[in-house]
Amino acid sequence: MQQQPAQPLLEIDHLTRVFLSRQGLSVTRLEAVDDASLTLEAGKPEIYALAGESGSGKTTLARMVLGLERPTQGTLNYKGRPVGELTPKDKRTWFYREVQPVFQDPFATFSPMKRVDSYLYETARNYRVAEGAAIEKRIDEALGVVGLTLAEVRGRYPNELSGGQAQRISIARALITKPSLLVADEPVSMLDASLRMSILNLFKDLRDSQGVAVLYITHDLATAYYTADRIGVMLRGWIVETGPVERVLGNPLHPYTQLLKSSVPQADPDKAWSAAPAEPPRPVKFPVRGGCKFAARCPYVMDRCREEVPGSYEAEGRHVKCFLYEPGFTGIRPASMEATPVT
Amino acid sequence: MDQPPILEARDLKAHYITEAFGVRRTVKAVDGVSLAIRPGEIYGIAGESGCGKSTLLKMLLGEFEPPLTPVDGSVTYDFGEGPHDALDMSEKEVAATRWSRVSYVPQGSMHVLNPVRRIGDTFHDFISTHQPMSRRETNERVAAYLAEFGLREGVLRSFPHQLSGGMRQRVTIALATILSPKLIFADEPTTALDVVVQRGVIQLLKRIQRDHGSTLVLITHDMGVQANLADRIAVLYAGKLVEEADTRTIFKAPRHPYTQHLIGSLPTLEDKVARVSLPGRPPALDDPPSGCRFHPRCPYAMEVCKTTVPPLVTLEGGHRAACHLITGEAEHAAATSPALA
Repeated sequence: MQQQPAQPLLEIDHLTRVFLSRQGLSVTRLEAVDDASLTLEAGKPEIYALAGESGSGKTTLARMVLGLERPTQGTLNYKGRPVGELTPKDKRTWFYREVQPVFQDPFATFSPMKRVDSYLYETARNYRVAEGAAIEKRIDEALGVVGLTLAEVRGRYPNELSGGQAQRISIARALITKPSLLVADEPVSMLDASLRMSILNLFKDLRDSQGVAVLYITHDLATAYYTADRIGVMLRGWIVETGPVERVLGNPLHPYTQLLKSSVPQADPDKAWSAAPAEPPRPVKFPVRGGCKFAARCPYVMDRCREEVPGSYEAEGRHVKCFLYEPGFTGIRPASMEATPVT
Repeated sequence: MDQPPILEARDLKAHYITEAFGVRRTVKAVDGVSLAIRPGEIYGIAGESGCGKSTLLKMLLGEFEPPLTPVDGSVTYDFGEGPHDALDMSEKEVAATRWSRVSYVPQGSMHVLNPVRRIGDTFHDFISTHQPMSRRETNERVAAYLAEFGLREGVLRSFPHQLSGGMRQRVTIALATILSPKLIFADEPTTALDVVVQRGVIQLLKRIQRDHGSTLVLITHDMGVQANLADRIAVLYAGKLVEEADTRTIFKAPRHPYTQHLIGSLPTLEDKVARVSLPGRPPALDDPPSGCRFHPRCPYAMEVCKTTVPPLVTLEGGHRAACHLITGEAEHAAATSPALA
């Protein structure tokens, strides 16, 4: 249980999770998370956004971080200890207190037949965070952090709450154990625009005032840009580009990040898309084995992209998994997303 | 603009009226909405969940069943041959109107297509109901039409589950538009799609609308989609139309405090300026607040807002908004402008 101060909070190194699906005699391998690496430093709480489309592996990665899914390969250490090797007792008495989830749909999180405060008491008792009257105090504290009080919440059923309130209570529940890391999977995608910002502001506030790091999983680049310090963009299990969010989304380098950014409909008529179509629709194909997973759709594809897997290269203050940014590459790089040729 | 509107709703009120064990409950989901949609435009209807978007859509389609009841007002279509009532159509009129003149792209293409019929069969059923046609003829026509959508002929032999979400949504749009309807309603057409696919579907919708010269009514809460597609936008709040203007005005110079907040709270990829959410939540429509329905959340609420429903007044350029702050201004303008002239 002794931790060395130099250990990162979360260390993910070449992490892979493979799902095998058997249909008759054929076995299909799906690398839901493939050779992903990211590190959250201890003592420097930050919000790290994992962004990607559906099927990119962001939820599988989150489930591994939560200890709900075992890695197939690679390193996944929380405060220096491999998460996949924790005993059930370690998880109960230590890990689950340290790393807490916040789920997507607050109305699916809470049973409509149970009072919401019962979840707060259960969490407090299950993890033995306090005894007797101190339990209420701890719950009230946690609710206070999200801007509510126990008096307001006591005895309420989920249908009496707005989506924003329910999601706040869901976050308060996660805070009862005083975690160091929250894993929030699409925490605002079910909320209306007028309530969304208060939850995102709350995550920032938790980072600043409570020192909680947040792994923010989202498909929405605009909220990622608003909330996060760093971002990792996922494509079919790979983290293709990762770095400070201003750099990665402000000036994306990986052709996939560029495509993704240019596809976000901006809420501004001045930035409406030109008439040129995005990508021509293509039938879904299985990725070419061995090559870059974006090769089939990439406007800058080279011969080697279809055969070799690119490494993760450092470029302009971030890491990009693309041969265009390999040291010594001499060809022409995509200047910016506006210049992305339309095929 | 001289043409009569293709669709007009006047003071439309549609309530859900339920009665159980002698307790009568009325949910005023659409409460006094007036709007006129011009032929050939893309008209966006925006608002949060529970604001009455979907109920308004049902009424505009003339497709309602108890407990949803039209209480007051009218909805009229005009396809260039005189107005006719959309809320009181005979079965024969419905058959002649629906899909071939007024059609609908539903939300969630996942559940719309019959899972046990091939796409080609669905198209054949659909077309042959309206225009007698042999199997071979429909196949040829549909294959040619699907090619416009970037779909291969093989799609016709597929079952819905064999297609990706984007392909299914394209098929649904193709179904809704193959009979060249004049008026197309699209209810959250891209909500379940990934952004890259979404962009393709949005651009496709726009192209189809332009090529056919049809009118598109786009219902979505996603202001990014609205900004990219709509010509004019109506903003609904708690069953009322609170503001309507051309897209640029809605985004650049909104007048209603709710619209201002809605636009101001959208995160962008341009800056990280702190944004706030409004306090409170949209009201329950069985017991909406008195006066202006937005007043409990409005930062500028005055005494009059608690008691009097603000009228929807018309400002410069056909911009309409319902707010007491603006009512006075419109009156002022009306009172002073003759003197200036």
